[in-house]
Amino acid sequence: MKLIQVSNCYKVYKNGTTALADLNVTIDKGEFVFVIGSTGSGKSTFIKTLYREEKPTKGSVIVGGINVAKLRNSKVYKLRRKIGVVFQDFKLLPKLTVYENIAFALESLGMESKSIRPKVLKAIEKVGLKEKARNFPTQLSGGEQQRVAIARAIVNNPKLLICDEPTGNLDPETSKEIMKILENINQELGTTIIMATHDKDIVNRMKKRVLVIENGVLAGDYLKGSYKAHESIKNS
Amino acid sequence: MKALRILSRSIRDSFKSVGRNFSLSIAAITCSTITLILVAIAIILTYNVQEITLSLERELTVVAYVKKDSEDANIRTIKKELDQIPEIDKYVFKSKEEWKAEMKNESETLNTTLDYLEENPLLDSFIITVKDVNDLKGVTEKVRSYDFISSAEYGEGMVENLVGAFDIVSKGTIVIVIALILVTAFLISNTIKLTIFSRKNEIEIMRLVGTSNTAIRLPFIFEGFILGVLGSIIPILVTIYGYIILYDKLGGHIISNIITLVQPFNFIFFVALILLGVGCIVGMFGSYRAVRKYLKI
Repeated sequence: MKLIQVSNCYKVYKNGTTALADLNVTIDKGEFVFVIGSTGSGKSTFIKTLYREEKPTKGSVIVGGINVAKLRNSKVYKLRRKIGVVFQDFKLLPKLTVYENIAFALESLGMESKSIRPKVLKAIEKVGLKEKARNFPTQLSGGEQQRVAIARAIVNNPKLLICDEPTGNLDPETSKEIMKILENINQELGTTIIMATHDKDIVNRMKKRVLVIENGVLAGDYLKGSYKAHESIKNS
Repeated sequence: MKALRILSRSIRDSFKSVGRNFSLSIAAITCSTITLILVAIAIILTYNVQEITLSLERELTVVAYVKKDSEDANIRTIKKELDQIPEIDKYVFKSKEEWKAEMKNESETLNTTLDYLEENPLLDSFIITVKDVNDLKGVTEKVRSYDFISSAEYGEGMVENLVGAFDIVSKGTIVIVIALILVTAFLISNTIKLTIFSRKNEIEIMRLVGTSNTAIRLPFIFEGFILGVLGSIIPILVTIYGYIILYDKLGGHIISNIITLVQPFNFIFFVALILLGVGCIVGMFGSYRAVRKYLKI
């Protein structure tokens, strides 16, 4: 079943730069997809259109039944409730503990505190930070901080988890741990994961579907693909 | 229920924020306090001036003196002519004997002087009340031109000057108050702007997890509201106690018994309510402006 359907999508920025040109992609529910491409390829723009940080200039981007291209600013929150987003820089609130950082997401949605607690604890357990629930972000390592960010992103059981270079700031060992958690979320919860990355090792090792974006178009789409496949295309 | 939770969370956050940006909040509250004290002065002044003007105007009459030795027929003619002036509300005929009796009552000296004179030197007169105070001059001139009238007068000059002076004072105060309200709104807006910047990360996360725009904006609007309300507390107290004390000290009058102050109750609560309202509106307007300008969702 399709979760994301991007058809003839264009994105032209105000300064005239074309970031996406006639992009067509379909992603099914429960998939784990890597999005790779060199800097300025349009990879980030593609990721951003999925959670409507950027609005497509033309074409349609349907995420979970919502056409993002036609979504009004005032309705964007409806889309975002179905999506979790994880960034390279974690985006945690330094004055809140791990627990509070995760609960913050649900509190701001107006959820009842009774139902917040079990959800938060479940998410913390899922990322293996049970012992550090009362710690502040500054007392955690980079990998642990990213795990908090992942817990916050999945606490509301989103259908889709978007990860924008989540291992960009982490060493290879920690990156592996993060990937293990993500894979676990994908397999156990059935959450669709789309991850933009530059990390060749991860892509090569995980053998997941790989979308290659170059110059704003889909240059390659490999099932169980890898960076190697992409590089061989680039070189041929 | 959910809306209630969002509301209570917004209120909690806005109180926290007032404390977090304490110095700026104090600046905004002080400015709002000063403005509202001036608003109170303006309202009290304007309202009192209006009342004084009205009571003065109510008492304004034209006194037309009938020529000496006029006969009854002449007086009847004057009455007929007065009946034809539409601007006249009512008129009363006051004979020279009535004037004499009134004057004799007023002081002992006048009493003996008038008794000493064989003939009554006073004149018969008409005391005319007009419907609109602006017609006073026209009616006086018209009556003055009648054959059997020797002279007609009203409180020319004095009343106009007094009312004019009051008017200038209250208009001047209103101008200052409007300027100060704008400054306060700007200061509150600036405070909210800084709050928005200091909570940039929180706002970003709220947007990402799908918090509705209203829920994101509400705390900031409330913050402006709180600043406005806090700023109106001192002015309200100053107005209520200040006016009551002033009224008691002056015995309800300024300069003799001519000018009466408006009674403190319920007037003062009405002013307090206006101050609270102005405080809230200015606060919310200031924050709304900041939210619209700096909180891009």
